[in-house]
Amino acid sequence: MHFLVANEILYCIEDYCIKAFCKLRTSRSSLTEDRSKMASIRCFLRSGKSAVSVVLRREFSKTSPAAVQVNVRDALNQAMDEELERDEKVFLLGEEVAQYDGAYKVSRGLWKKYGDKRIIDTPITEMGFAGIAVGAAFAGLRPICEFMTWNFSMQAIDQVINSAAKTYYMSAGAQPVPIVFRGPNGSSAGVAAQHSQCFAAWYGHCPGLKVVSPWNSEDARGLLKAAIRDNNPVVFLENELMYGVPFDLSEEVMHKDFVLPIGKAKVERQGTHITLVSHSRCVGFCLDAAAVLAKEGVECEVVNLRTIRPLDVETIEASVMKTGHLVTVEGGWPQYGVGAEICARIMEGPAFNYLDAPAVRVTGVDIPMPYAKILEDHSVPQIKDIIFTVKKVLNM
Amino acid sequence: MQKMLTIISNVLRGSARRNAASLVVASRSYADFTPEATFDIKKVDLHRLEEGPPLTATLTREEGLKYYRTMQTIRRMELKADQLYKQKIIRGFCHLYDGQEACAVGIEGGITLSDHLITAYRAHGYTLTRGGTVREIMAELTGRRGGIAKGKGGSMHMYTKNFYGGNGIVGAQVPLGAGVALACKYLGNDQLCVSLYGDGAANQGQIFETYNMSSLWKLPIIFICENNQYAMGTSVERSAASTEYYKRGDYIPGIRVDGMDVLCVREATKFAAAHCRSGKGPILMELQTYRYHGHSMSDPGVSYRTREEIQEVRSKSDPISMLKDRMLSNNMASIEELKEIDIAVRKEIEDAAQFATTDPEPPLDDLCSHIFANDQPFEVRGATPWTKLTSTS
Repeated sequence: MHFLVANEILYCIEDYCIKAFCKLRTSRSSLTEDRSKMASIRCFLRSGKSAVSVVLRREFSKTSPAAVQVNVRDALNQAMDEELERDEKVFLLGEEVAQYDGAYKVSRGLWKKYGDKRIIDTPITEMGFAGIAVGAAFAGLRPICEFMTWNFSMQAIDQVINSAAKTYYMSAGAQPVPIVFRGPNGSSAGVAAQHSQCFAAWYGHCPGLKVVSPWNSEDARGLLKAAIRDNNPVVFLENELMYGVPFDLSEEVMHKDFVLPIGKAKVERQGTHITLVSHSRCVGFCLDAAAVLAKEGVECEVVNLRTIRPLDVETIEASVMKTGHLVTVEGGWPQYGVGAEICARIMEGPAFNYLDAPAVRVTGVDIPMPYAKILEDHSVPQIKDIIFTVKKVLNM
Repeated sequence: MQKMLTIISNVLRGSARRNAASLVVASRSYADFTPEATFDIKKVDLHRLEEGPPLTATLTREEGLKYYRTMQTIRRMELKADQLYKQKIIRGFCHLYDGQEACAVGIEGGITLSDHLITAYRAHGYTLTRGGTVREIMAELTGRRGGIAKGKGGSMHMYTKNFYGGNGIVGAQVPLGAGVALACKYLGNDQLCVSLYGDGAANQGQIFETYNMSSLWKLPIIFICENNQYAMGTSVERSAASTEYYKRGDYIPGIRVDGMDVLCVREATKFAAAHCRSGKGPILMELQTYRYHGHSMSDPGVSYRTREEIQEVRSKSDPISMLKDRMLSNNMASIEELKEIDIAVRKEIEDAAQFATTDPEPPLDDLCSHIFANDQPFEVRGATPWTKLTSTS
């Protein structure tokens, strides 16, 4: 716990220094600067200390001493390994997680190391083993329940919502449920309609659940460790297409007690003209789009949500109050989705008055996922869709 | 004279063998082939049944050739799919059926095309036996507009008349099959539904719910468990407290059948179909079979079983070889004739693969269509609010 606080302080200090440094260097339009100052003051007046720390704590990609390159799969694997070692009550169950090393090899080597008691292969019976996992959590163990993909969680969703999410409330605090449900979410490549759905909005809808959606290896590592250590049910939405993608991880991130706070978004890229808010794989698309737009003089601020619920509205608001423009980007369907929620919250909060244009969502197309490659490519948000939308919003 | 003819025909046959097999014109008349033969087949294990299917099966020459051709077509089609997948022309999931051909072909031999069938994702063989063509199956695998689902479904979502796929979610197809059976009973059309699932799915709760309702309501459903010993990487011993899948229906009568013998499967299916059509309600068949490939193309299939095991099944129990040996040793067909069929099949597969790789992808206009049936066209939201797409039924 102390590490979390120390971490935050470090971020604050670093951020403040860099911000001060930048102020000396960059030439931003005075309108944007005024807006930024106004935003800070307003924030401060509105909610005091926490707001200030939010403004100060706007992190962006650092180039700390890179210790090692780790892909998302290995980051998840190492996180689980370390947490299994740290706490005997942690165990993993799911289909093919043990002897097969995991359907996507995320749990490779764990059965060999920890054995049958702690890494359990289940039959193909999601409703049953999800219930068993929740029951084990009731009795004080800390299960990690893997769904081979989140599509199959629909077979077990009653256990996730009714048995896990609501129990602490129904018992008036007597029965916590320290469980993590994890697995790949959203679209993959060529796996067609029944295997490509995004469940961020479905689970994000439910009080009592924490819903996390990491993008890169640092997210995966820090958030999974935090999820396992959290005493609440956490829905952990991974992405199959990100598993093999490598990222540089600093020594600090590789520390065995490195955790990221659940419920805090991260500004991956500072910008002044428009805010792009996204989660999971689409964060990468936003950064790619931002790089292209930068060549045309448009500076995008890219916010990586990291957590779907609880939603870090403050970070989004602070960014929108700075840039005046908002685009949300997600892989899931538009209707009643993550982007819809963000837009609604912005409407209802102080950032609305700072919008110079309506907030817009970039989403997956509102159809079941087709199989043929050309159709599939056109069913998901592409970088060109993000660029197009940014330009439309900025009236370019 | 007879002797002369025999010598000449032998010589002709001999020279034909040295050259291309296509030189062979049947130098023996059909009158020389045995028109039908009766074979002993393995006794089935019974659960809650006094009698089972007969211990012998009669096979006519025509049936034999038909089964041979169909099984060979499935085999070659699956191997071609393997090739195309490795060339990345087929993507996503691809679950191959080679080794299990006797099940699909035997089942179809015991029912008619006006009966209904539903299975899980290892469905290419059934799509064929249920009336699909190799061309449209392969074009679906490669995601082209000529595919059986216009390229929109892919490997696991192929449909034909009275064939309800092709289902991606393990176990979900079983209650669906009972629903089809309910409709058959409701409409009084004397049809039945065959509802297939694997050894992995056999532990699914929804299957037991389906057993219960089908029995209560005496639905005309044949539950068939294709037990190929492994659910992805998990063997039956590691996933089931009871591996006697034909008994798992408890109060539902069951039979356990050698799924590598097309005649066993056919006779068992005929027996089961008669049971259903007599109004007795559901019956359960366990087919003991084997898949040569891994669970899917992303599974090499040798981390949880040995190559020796696969080889042993191939050499001792291959369904196509078994039928071929039976026909040849009973003079029901000639080697050349079967070779001709092989060549014809190979050509059919090649043509289909050619079509499947050259047919264009579906048009973008098709992206949003088929959301609702019998509806007016309506607007669909694209990736951005300015991307307006249209859906037609």
